Amino acid sequence: MVSPLDHKLLRDLMRMKGQVLAIGMVIAVGVMMLVMMSGLVTSLNETRSTYYDRYRLADIFAPVTRAPERLLPRLAAIDGVGVVEGRVQGSALIDLPGTDLPVQAQAVSLPDLRDPRLNAVYLTDGRMIDSDRSDEILLLQSLARAHDLHPGDRLVATMNGARRTFRIVGLAQSPEFLYTTAPGEMVPDDARYGVIWMSNSALSAAYDMDGAFNEVLLALSRGAKEAAVLAAVDRILGPYGGLGAYPLADQTSNRFITEEIGGLEAAAVGVPPIFLGVAAFLLYIVISRMVQAERTEIGLMKAFGYTNAEVGAHYFKMVLLIAVGGAFVGCLLGIFAGGAMVQLYTAYFKFPFLVFQLEPSSFIIGVLVSVLSASAGGLFVLGQVFALTPSAAMRAPAPPDFSRTGEIGRALNLLLDQPSRMVLRRITRQPGRMAGAVIGIACGMALSVSMLTIYVGFDRTIDLTFDVVDRSDVTVSFTTAVSDKTIYELQRMPGVTLVEPIRIVPTVLRSGRYSYRGAIEGIPKDARLYRAIDSALSTIALQQGGITLSSSLANILHVAPGDILTVEVREGRQPVLNLPVRGVAESLLGSPAYMDMEALNRVLREPGRVSGAYLAIDSGQADAIYRALQDMPTVAGVSLKADARNAFKVLMDTGAGAIRYVMGAVAFVITFGIVYNSARIAHAERARDLASLRVIGFTKGETAFVLLGELAAVTLIALPVGAVLGYYLSFGIAAGFSTDLYQIPAIFDPGSYGFAALVVIGAGLTSGWLVKRDIDRADLVSALKTRE
Amino acid sequence: MPEPAYRIAGLTKVYGEGRSAVHALRGVDLEIPKGEIVVLLGPSGSGKSTLLNIVGGLDRCSAGTVHFQGQNLTEMTDAQLTRYRRDHIGFVFQFYNLMPSLTAHENVELVTEIAANPMNPDDALAMVGLRERVDHFPAQMSGGEQQRVAIARAVAKQPDVLFCDEPTGALDSTTGRAVLQVLKDVNEKLGATVLIVTHAAAQAAMADRVIHFADGNVRDVVVNRKKMTPEEIEW
Ligand SMILES: Nc1ncnc2c1ncn2[C@@H]1O[C@H](COP(=O)(O)OP(=O)(O)O)[C@@H](O)[C@H]1O
Ligand SMILES: [Mg+2]
Repeated sequence: MVSPLDHKLLRDLMRMKGQVLAIGMVIAVGVMMLVMMSGLVTSLNETRSTYYDRYRLADIFAPVTRAPERLLPRLAAIDGVGVVEGRVQGSALIDLPGTDLPVQAQAVSLPDLRDPRLNAVYLTDGRMIDSDRSDEILLLQSLARAHDLHPGDRLVATMNGARRTFRIVGLAQSPEFLYTTAPGEMVPDDARYGVIWMSNSALSAAYDMDGAFNEVLLALSRGAKEAAVLAAVDRILGPYGGLGAYPLADQTSNRFITEEIGGLEAAAVGVPPIFLGVAAFLLYIVISRMVQAERTEIGLMKAFGYTNAEVGAHYFKMVLLIAVGGAFVGCLLGIFAGGAMVQLYTAYFKFPFLVFQLEPSSFIIGVLVSVLSASAGGLFVLGQVFALTPSAAMRAPAPPDFSRTGEIGRALNLLLDQPSRMVLRRITRQPGRMAGAVIGIACGMALSVSMLTIYVGFDRTIDLTFDVVDRSDVTVSFTTAVSDKTIYELQRMPGVTLVEPIRIVPTVLRSGRYSYRGAIEGIPKDARLYRAIDSALSTIALQQGGITLSSSLANILHVAPGDILTVEVREGRQPVLNLPVRGVAESLLGSPAYMDMEALNRVLREPGRVSGAYLAIDSGQADAIYRALQDMPTVAGVSLKADARNAFKVLMDTGAGAIRYVMGAVAFVITFGIVYNSARIAHAERARDLASLRVIGFTKGETAFVLLGELAAVTLIALPVGAVLGYYLSFGIAAGFSTDLYQIPAIFDPGSYGFAALVVIGAGLTSGWLVKRDIDRADLVSALKTRE
Repeated sequence: MPEPAYRIAGLTKVYGEGRSAVHALRGVDLEIPKGEIVVLLGPSGSGKSTLLNIVGGLDRCSAGTVHFQGQNLTEMTDAQLTRYRRDHIGFVFQFYNLMPSLTAHENVELVTEIAANPMNPDDALAMVGLRERVDHFPAQMSGGEQQRVAIARAVAKQPDVLFCDEPTGALDSTTGRAVLQVLKDVNEKLGATVLIVTHAAAQAAMADRVIHFADGNVRDVVVNRKKMTPEEIEW
């Protein structure tokens, strides 16, 4: 037999179904967010490590100028080294018919007649190369896709100065090249960078590396000490022009993936709790008011001899049904949405397969937070009601004291009609309830505001990077650091209006136990095309004899102006320098370090050297300029800012940043849920009063006004409160979305605030309309008859 | 005189404090005999409901004692009072106080579920003549019908004491007589002590004992030698 209390429970839930659904929905999306994000992060991490394992990605990479193969056994003998593979790699330019600029590429050798011991490739199309045929290559699948290349096609490429024609026999992917950018560029672009795999014999011939290698890959054995191995490798390779061994953590592609997953992880850790917190708060408010409305029933049950525990259990069941129901739906939605997102990201990260995994703790946390916050709301009120004697509980609570409206009130009374006065009195006389409703709606407003300002923050990052920091049209990089005479050559080209050199030096920056593998950018004095800027967006004059760090890099290295950095140069003579930090610059893309170009060249003792240039050009003559640049033997790559800007936008809209759109949608759902609930609760609490008003002759419109006027007033008060909350919230969310790769600023953007206000007002109007329908439909007699 | 169900001494109840304090009960001394029908008469505001609520364990007094089966109610903990209500007491309120979301049958079940020795809810509803309306919700019933459900609910647990605060206050006299008849049946069939608060003096005619209440105290107690049945009473 079903107990009568369970009947009551089910019927109460049915009666309040609109509200129950709205609360359930808010919990559901909060939990969904949590389950989705954590599942996404877990899945991506698992997929990545499985991919790395299966294709034997190296733990250590060691570039070297030229080392004989007989060194390999010595490297293998290093304590802690499991597997060693030597290979040849070099840069290449691919000529594609129909493109303005040659595509930069990296050529990588695969061993003749055997599988690579490390860094295997995953063949997606065609077949492996035949090492007897020196013109056969595998091409990176993403580049092939971008240019519609297929196995069987021919490909013209320049390697080591020689132009040759190759035959594509297969397309491949590799965990080593999930993220590929041309040297000197930050943002990956499938169409503008590629990888060519060739047989070791063929590539060695092309780069004069017969019997030698210029890169070593090493896998560590279990329990190996990475730092010790790195040092040992450097010692062995040093005499042969070793450029510094580095661990997988510093490998470009892996670092990018780590950052992207890290970005998602930060967003997963930082953002869903905010959403869930708002949902929990709402749950608390709503459940406490639902229980409040049951005060007479609670008194009655107590009068019959139901114990506090029995009454508590009854309401706890109600809370449990709503909270667990919502959380359960949230889990299902989270699995579903997480699955869909993982698929998107798998494609984005170019993982060849997908290991989909859920994070069980997210379910537990989601359900617990919902149940706890709902129970807290219920318990709080139950405690209050239990403190009363049953006879007091059964008496309807004393009508709120509306007598003390005060002088202003009296003056207002003359101006206002009766329904307006009722609205005003209720708001001023029940400040606690009104505050709850205001804070609830303000939270919704805050979520919407902060998500919208994040959207603007992403745009700001792009604008700052490509309009303020970099005002050039074209970037040219040279094969090596060349004499600054090349700059004059560029200046003389027709259509080139301004040329500014740049010196980029690969380095490892260290401070204490923190280090960063990157580059120092030497910028000439009075540069106008590419500059370091401060937070007020004005140019920073780079001080002599020191280094200026971007704020993100200063954070990574935990340094401030005045500190001394150890700079290990990874080029040329590879000097190790100690340089003071002179200043901190604003940068939203990457983590650059700047120096005055002359000063940089001076400390390197390489005066007058440049490694690239920024160009401003007359767009009418762009084609001629590109052609001229292609004919310059010193030019390794040319990139157009428009392309880079696009690539960056794509990155932000498909990478970790893309999740912001999902979060924005969730923010709106929660906002609506909150506003709708506020309207529903107000209606439930006042159904009798409203019916009484109708009975004594108020029209439907006037009656609805009493309720909706209150909702409108609460909403209007909530807007500024929510705007302030949102302002602070946006800092947290912006931090959650920022990575080493790009930083998202929290911005005060009036448009976002306006739009968020519209969203809240829209939700208010919709809720008001839904509630008004119920007021109009209310059965007056039964509304007055029940409950008393 | 039979052994009393309640022995009340010096019972005082003050609502509020200071100048706005209301002395609802001013040191009531009273014995209520077991198994009798006792009618409490008095003007509105004289403290009848207050007395009923305290003796019924729904409210706390400011001073005094109430002894029930040798125990002092005023010294009981909340949990003990709950136990007391659950095991011994039935209530009928002036405004019925049915659960709006439960049917007549379920409203009765609400009480029988936790009672030690309950009647079948259907039998209880049959006693009040509502066998046909068991599946109706309060909103679908008239005031008299709702009050009869409330009585069925109160008697279904077979209480030792039944407290009725103006059970006929909202009813016409025909319906009211039917309700009183049920109370009388309960008294006779179950041997329950029945305490009825009313301001209709004529109803005193069905009582074994009539307590006149005024200004927070007992004015006098009259033993009724010539009991009438509810049908005979006019008010
Ligand atoms: N909860 C309360 N708070 C303050 N005063 C009360 C309360 N309940 C009753 N009173 C006052 O106590 C007195 C007795 O009330 P009550 O016992 O309800 O009278 P009766 O039932 O005889 O009409 C009245 O003056 C009433 O105003
Ligand atoms: Mg009374």
